[in-house]
Amino acid sequence: MKKNKLLIQNSITYAIVIACWIVAQILISTGNMKSLMKGLLVPLCIYAILAISLNLTVGILGELSLGHAGFMCVGAFSGAFFTKCMENVIPDVTVRFLIALLIGAAVAGVCGILIGIPVLRLKGDYLAIVTLAFGEIIKNLINAMYVGKDASGFHFSIKDSLSLGLDDTGVVIIKGAQGITGTPKAATFTIAIILVLLTLFITLNLINSRTGRAIMSIRDNRIAAESVGINITKYKLMAFSISAALAGVAGVLYAHNLSSLAATPKNFGYNMSIMILVFVVLGGLGNIRGSMIAAVVLTMLPELLRGLNDYRMLIYAVVLIVMMLFNSSPKAIEMRSVFMDRLKSKKKPAKEAA
Amino acid sequence: MRKVVSLGLAAMMALSLTACGGGDTAATTAAAKDAETTAAADSAETTAAAGEAAGAEAGTIKLGVIGPLTGPAATYGIAVANGADMAAKEINAAGGVNGIMFEVQAEDDENDPEKSINAYNTLKDAGMQMLVGTTTSKPCIAVAAETANDNMFQITPSGSAVECVANDNVFRVCFADPDQGTVSAKYIGENKLATKVAIIYDSSTEYSAGIRETFVKEAANEGLEIVADEAFTADSNTDFSVQLDKAKEAGAELVFLPIYYQEASVILKQAHDKEFAPIFFGCDGMDGILSVENFDTSLAEGLMLLTPFSSTDDSSKKFTEDYVAAYGTDPNQFGADSYDAVYAIAAAVEKAGITADMDYSAMCDAMKTAMTEISIDGLTGAGMTWNAAGEPNKAPKAVKIVNGAYEMQ
Amino acid sequence: MSFLSYLINGISLGSIYAIIALGYTMVYGIARMLNFAHGDIIMVGGFVIFTIVSTLSLPPMLGILAAVAACTLLGVVIERVAYKPLRGASSLAVLITAIGVSYLLQNVALLIFGSNARQFTSVVNVPNLKLAGGALSISGVTMVTIASCIVIMVGLTTFINKTKIGQAMLAVSEDTGAATLMGIDVNKTISVTFAIGSALAAIAGALLCSTYPSLTPYTGSMPGIKAFVAAVFGGIGSIPGAMIGGILLGIIENLSKAYISSQLSDAIVFAVLIVVLLVRPTGILGKKITEKV
Repeated sequence: MKKNKLLIQNSITYAIVIACWIVAQILISTGNMKSLMKGLLVPLCIYAILAISLNLTVGILGELSLGHAGFMCVGAFSGAFFTKCMENVIPDVTVRFLIALLIGAAVAGVCGILIGIPVLRLKGDYLAIVTLAFGEIIKNLINAMYVGKDASGFHFSIKDSLSLGLDDTGVVIIKGAQGITGTPKAATFTIAIILVLLTLFITLNLINSRTGRAIMSIRDNRIAAESVGINITKYKLMAFSISAALAGVAGVLYAHNLSSLAATPKNFGYNMSIMILVFVVLGGLGNIRGSMIAAVVLTMLPELLRGLNDYRMLIYAVVLIVMMLFNSSPKAIEMRSVFMDRLKSKKKPAKEAA
Repeated sequence: MRKVVSLGLAAMMALSLTACGGGDTAATTAAAKDAETTAAADSAETTAAAGEAAGAEAGTIKLGVIGPLTGPAATYGIAVANGADMAAKEINAAGGVNGIMFEVQAEDDENDPEKSINAYNTLKDAGMQMLVGTTTSKPCIAVAAETANDNMFQITPSGSAVECVANDNVFRVCFADPDQGTVSAKYIGENKLATKVAIIYDSSTEYSAGIRETFVKEAANEGLEIVADEAFTADSNTDFSVQLDKAKEAGAELVFLPIYYQEASVILKQAHDKEFAPIFFGCDGMDGILSVENFDTSLAEGLMLLTPFSSTDDSSKKFTEDYVAAYGTDPNQFGADSYDAVYAIAAAVEKAGITADMDYSAMCDAMKTAMTEISIDGLTGAGMTWNAAGEPNKAPKAVKIVNGAYEMQ
Repeated sequence: MSFLSYLINGISLGSIYAIIALGYTMVYGIARMLNFAHGDIIMVGGFVIFTIVSTLSLPPMLGILAAVAACTLLGVVIERVAYKPLRGASSLAVLITAIGVSYLLQNVALLIFGSNARQFTSVVNVPNLKLAGGALSISGVTMVTIASCIVIMVGLTTFINKTKIGQAMLAVSEDTGAATLMGIDVNKTISVTFAIGSALAAIAGALLCSTYPSLTPYTGSMPGIKAFVAAVFGGIGSIPGAMIGGILLGIIENLSKAYISSQLSDAIVFAVLIVVLLVRPTGILGKKITEKV
């Protein structure tokens, strides 16, 4: 019975994504979609992936991470770096992009493990601040990093592109603050949707597996979990690095959707990490579908508010506060449940009468 | 209980999503027909716009402006939006270009490439025919890829990174970053202003890092010795005491500041407090320093900068007065750049004989050649011309601040 | 000599972080929440002083008093409207609300004052001190900053240890439930904590803007984050910890800027933080949390 219910729930989640894809395809082919929406399709998928992957850390593993954008940044830069380097070796843009996706995921995942080993010993807000610090360090390092390529191989500097000492054939690939420019726009909505489905598949299967239950038992009661023989470090690390790898995928997607990639405070700083966290919390901790929908709604909101000009970010802030109060305040929850009960009790007699 | 809550939440989310989606599709159907890329649809749209601008027979060309209107870089975006708005109003008041009126719509990109694409698409939906933007370099590179794809004419007032104008449909009004570094080093060397030079630059903006790089390269040729080369980042742009101490320790006679005036005003104040008084030398980003609110202009005494625009210059006096009257703040170089950009568009529209009912792709093709044939006397340079690569040809003026005003050198 | 100069500037910067971090730490200790809007209260304080001193040309002392009053009020109002309804909700919900408040304050300031940076007139009029025959010059603001930091530290410790309301704050931070049973008005105590924290933010704003004279709607956000780091560094919830954390952070930041790389100074600060937390998982002076089954 319970298994059936789960299957239905998961199928609904997949169905929503596929339905979105179909609707979008129909709208595009009949020419009924605005350019704004067309341009937003890939970013919406990116944020959905980010929200789902962070929910794995925050909702399922129960650890607060404020450095998710850092993993996205690592994925974005490693993926874009690969694409730029292999320009002549692999001429097909899509093939290069797909390999870049794997590389981005792998590098971000490895980063997740490297950071996770020392950091996951910490708890609660201390873990949050350390992940925030890691995110900032990654951003800061990339902003100071110069990588060039010439006949004699790769050159690396953390000062400027002059000190790379490139010969005449050399090209600077990562130009410090300017980042990587001219990445081909290989990300399409179809690939992005497939990646969202893949992310959902990985996450939902993980949650409903033995491993997932072990991870959730750590969240609910660490000591109890430990005492029944669950290897805490292993499962924590597993959830953390999978979450990081998925963020890396989103990063590669991001890098291949824009022709200019740079680590600014806006896109890879703590602001972004917090933004993703907002998606997760508003969508519901541990609620994968919810976080996906929250990501979509909150990304579209500022765009739909464009007509309000100066007031749009103000309204966004107010909406955020009000939604939070409405969703999480104990009083509002009580009021809602009273309301729901009344609705139910009204429905019942109506049914009986019918 | 948890489940009820999460279900309720999910329901609310779904509801708000469909609400958003619903509103969106409703708007889409209204706007979609004219936002089509076909020429027919475009002309339908412009006639509609022309109907609104009663009296204008030749129709209206819609210009889009993109820049950060909110966020830490909003100063630049707002100035660009204002400058374009003012130029368009002036041109319209004078009867337009062969009767063609200009309409300006500005969209916010928060200095984020991703948001910039959204802003660009929003403008496209609104029927934009040419783009004045974007204001900052990183978004500009991202948007330039889109405009090249759509064949939309783009002129960036202030996107100074080299890659901004990589495509042939993009032109710019400001100088490219590398040029400024070279010109500055040459100027300092030729005029023997100093031999020991310190640099304080913002390593997190390509503008500053780009100028610094070519400055360092050229400084070697000019016999300048760089005694201190200190960076700061967007996250640490309020405290320069360490950088100034190092420059002072190293005995710098001149401090080169390839940065924007907002940070520079803090540097000048902190240097004054440290009793460190070398020659300060800036680039076009320094322009505007005298208009920083509550800034003690005596601190900027003796500051030199290479700028194409000066708000106190005779040629820009009227612009400055009108700008202050219209927007309540002093104009800076960004506003002047976008003002010039709109005038350049007007000149090219006239030259190419563009009509408002052309679709943007045809307009772009005509503009590409016309831009290289025009010459305008703008605020940021007299006799400005453009080459096919999109770079402007104009000379920066060296000015020195004397008694709180610019003095030509 | 230059080393001394970097060190003193570092201590001054650190003192400002410390004053901001005190606000973070007190609120965390008592309400168990990360008040991300704290940094923006600094900015509000800065704008109040700017309006009174530079726009209305009134004496600086009046400006500081008005800023303290305005920020205290603002802090209490924010707590009542945005945080109090969430008492009992998950700490993440409160965190997100605080971020919402932070966006709100920034955007309101942007609408009122615009985005142009203003030069802030220093509210401190103390002449520079010259030592060692002029080789070492310490600015007046630096001395005032360090002095106010010490005064605030001593005052706050006395307040908490000697007054009734201070003791109530301690009790609430130890055990909210037990404090309620003892007849302590928890809501009032939390309000007082927010009031004190916000008043300190106003003072920090005055000192921050006097030392680094640039004021925009985003002035508070980076110092806010750094101070948050400082609070964790010293052990969040601990008042002397916030002090030590703040000053150490300021010194590390300035010295790494001077001797390692001005580009990577933030990365170095954060790296040191990570190392410290790995060695002492609850910060320098943080209490060890023992988990009970």
